[in-house]
Amino acid sequence: MNTDTETRPTAARVEPLPPEARFSLRARAHHLDRISEALWVGVPRRIGDIAENDARRAVCLGPDEWLLTLPEDQGAGLKARMAEIRHDAPHALADISDRELCYRISGPGAAQIVAMGCPRDLRALVTGRAVRTVFDGASVILWREAEDSFRLDIWRSFAPHALALVETGIEELRAGL
Amino acid sequence: MLLIHCPYCDETLPEAEFAYAGEAHVSRAAVPSEVTDEVWRDFLFYRSNVRGPHYERWRHVYGCGRFFNAVRDTVSDRFLTTYEAGAPKPALTDLEGQK
Ligand SMILES: [Zn+2]
Repeated sequence: MNTDTETRPTAARVEPLPPEARFSLRARAHHLDRISEALWVGVPRRIGDIAENDARRAVCLGPDEWLLTLPEDQGAGLKARMAEIRHDAPHALADISDRELCYRISGPGAAQIVAMGCPRDLRALVTGRAVRTVFDGASVILWREAEDSFRLDIWRSFAPHALALVETGIEELRAGL
Repeated sequence: MLLIHCPYCDETLPEAEFAYAGEAHVSRAAVPSEVTDEVWRDFLFYRSNVRGPHYERWRHVYGCGRFFNAVRDTVSDRFLTTYEAGAPKPALTDLEGQK
C-alpha cells in the first residue's frame, strides 16, 4: 500500500449531469435522410458513433435504434417536427428524458473506475464514441468523452446501486488500494 | 469469459453483454394446425443437442439488442463464426477450413 495518500491528487471524481431532453428513436434505414432533416442533426449509421450539431446529439445504439439528446427546452420542438414527417418517414419516437440519470466520471483513474463494473475492453472505446453495455448488472449507455472522462447514463432505479460502486471505487483509489 | 463477435456491432465483446437463445434454424410451421402432432412436438421440444459444432442463437442484449446466429463447438466452447439473423446457414466444411 502506498503511503503518500496525503499528497495524492483525487484520482477520479463523479458528478451528476444537468437534465436534458432525451429520446429513443427507432426507424428504418431508407427514412434516415428525411429524419435527419427534421432532427437538425444527421443520424450516424455505425453503431457507437455520435453525431453532433449545436448541442443536439444522435448516438447509434443498434442497427435501427438511436439515442437523441438535446437541450431541455428543445424537446417539444423536436417532437413537433417529427410528428410532421410521420407519414413520409414512419418511426417510433419515445420521450425518455426521465428514464435515466447521467453521471460524469473523470480524472486520471476514471477508466479504472468504469472497469470495476464494465467488462468491456475500454481501450477499444475510443474518445467520441458511446455504446450500450452493462455496468455491474445494469444496462447503461457509456460515452467516452475524453481519454480520462466517461459519461454513464443509467436507468433511474439502478442509479443508487451503480453510484455506490463508483463511490466505493473512488474511495479505494484515494486510499491507494 | 468468452469473447463473442457481434455481427451488427462488428466488435468482439465480453460474454456478459450477451444472452444465449437456443438452437438456430428451427423453423415454425407456417400453419401449425396443418402439421401432424409429431411434427409440432418435434418443433416445440426436440433439439439436436450436438457434441461439436452447434448452430445457435445469441442476443446482444446489453448492446445493440439484436438476435444473431453463431456456430459454437460445444466441446471446446470455441466460436467458429457468427452471422446476422436471416443469413444462410454456413456450411461446416467452410468453417473448418478457416481455423
Ligand atoms: Zn451488437
